[in-house]
Amino acid sequence: MRITCPYCGERDRREFYYRGAAVDLDRPAPDAGGEAWDDFVYQRENPAGPIRELWFHEGGCGAWIVVTRNTVTHEMIDVQLASEVKA
Amino acid sequence: MRFSGLRVLKEGLTGNKGWAPHWREPEPKSEYDIVIIGGGGHGLSTAYYLAKEHGLTNIAVLEKGYIGGGNIGRNTTIVRANYFLQGNSEFYSHSLKLWEGLEEDLNYNVMHSQRGIINLFHSDGQRDAAARRGNMMISQGDDAILLNRDELRRMLPYLNFDDLRFPLYGGLYHPRGGTARHDAVAWGYARGADQRGVDLIQNCEVAGIDIENGVVRGVQTSRGPIRAKKVAMVAAGRSGQVAAMAGMRLPIESHVLQAFVTEGLKPCLDHVVTFGMGHFYISQSDKGGLVFGGDLDFYASYAARGNLPTVESVMEAGMTLMPMIGKARVLRSWGGIMDMTPDGSPIIDRTDIEGLYMNCGWNYGGFKAVPGSGNVFAHLIATDRYHENATGFRLDRFRTGNGIIDEEGKGSQHNLH
Repeated sequence: MRITCPYCGERDRREFYYRGAAVDLDRPAPDAGGEAWDDFVYQRENPAGPIRELWFHEGGCGAWIVVTRNTVTHEMIDVQLASEVKA
Repeated sequence: MRFSGLRVLKEGLTGNKGWAPHWREPEPKSEYDIVIIGGGGHGLSTAYYLAKEHGLTNIAVLEKGYIGGGNIGRNTTIVRANYFLQGNSEFYSHSLKLWEGLEEDLNYNVMHSQRGIINLFHSDGQRDAAARRGNMMISQGDDAILLNRDELRRMLPYLNFDDLRFPLYGGLYHPRGGTARHDAVAWGYARGADQRGVDLIQNCEVAGIDIENGVVRGVQTSRGPIRAKKVAMVAAGRSGQVAAMAGMRLPIESHVLQAFVTEGLKPCLDHVVTFGMGHFYISQSDKGGLVFGGDLDFYASYAARGNLPTVESVMEAGMTLMPMIGKARVLRSWGGIMDMTPDGSPIIDRTDIEGLYMNCGWNYGGFKAVPGSGNVFAHLIATDRYHENATGFRLDRFRTGNGIIDEEGKGSQHNLH
């Protein structure tokens, strides 16, 4: 599996730390209530197919990236900088 | 058809013409008392114990593929009860006792081999932790022996005692641990359930769960609708997709765990050996293949295969621990789909929907739990009460923070276990 970092180009998966489903892009407000926080911290869609994930290029430029990836085929569909997705 | 030594002898002398299929292939009926979604180890053992211990036999097990084709056929066959925390420890102890009587119970040779498991440790701190774990295992009524370096060397002389990056200080020996033949476990439970009247429906994929006013009514399948008074979801790595049909999201991410087997060799490895510092564990199958594995690939996956970086890291760990395996050629590798929970422990519980039950979240440790899981889940489905050895595997423990079972002491978040 290789990931195309927007800054560094296509790199080995080993350069990247895996954070998981990209729920951090939509973090609930501190007072959003227990249900929203349970949903955010624990409950997962866990799809068999395309998923949006956060990866960190720790062995490279240090960018957080949003990777759209197929969990059934391991196909890389899209990569964007988390800072641009969030903005 | 009962198996016996005499029967094997007779069949051997008469051309093996008397063996019959181990289970029927019935058409699904339009209604059952209980429908179990998932014909893997846990689903089959659930059906078996519902029939055997609770007298419930109007049951269908729905399997989208074939019996034995899921994670029950994609593991490293290790059986053990060396857990530390209350909640886990009594459950795995219960499961190991069921393993010890399983072959007589099923009249089926599951090749359960109590060859012993040795968990290696590499520092004074790890030795203290191993001693503490061993004491907990003993106080649970199971067995544990703390081996020092010399005792370990007498038992496992082939380990790299001289220049291992993490020096060998000893091991925690669990003599009643061991292995079993994974396929035979599925086949034995399938046959036992079938003989008691359970319908095993293969090639039958569930496409929907029917719920009316908060009560489960049945399922929609690729072989037509089936009504049911109770429905049990036991879909392992696919638990998220099955639960979604009931409108639920689960605290689960599905990851890939790889394993490997070499060509058959003469007996050289008598135990199961685990090397935590290198994320490596190994045993030798009865066919002679070295069966080994390591850690997760650490990304969500349903591919049932992994990537090469993990292959490399597992091979490196194996070579550094026991250089003698270097000449063995790897025959195959495979990946299982692990339903990972935030605290690394399973979920066996009711749901908010009346008549709908769930059994999932076995992380990378489902095989040893097959008898215990089916036994306590059958108890929950039949009586609507938790089995005394499985009161802690609650779905709501993450939401409430109450009763987290974090065996590894890593915390309760996704991707920590």
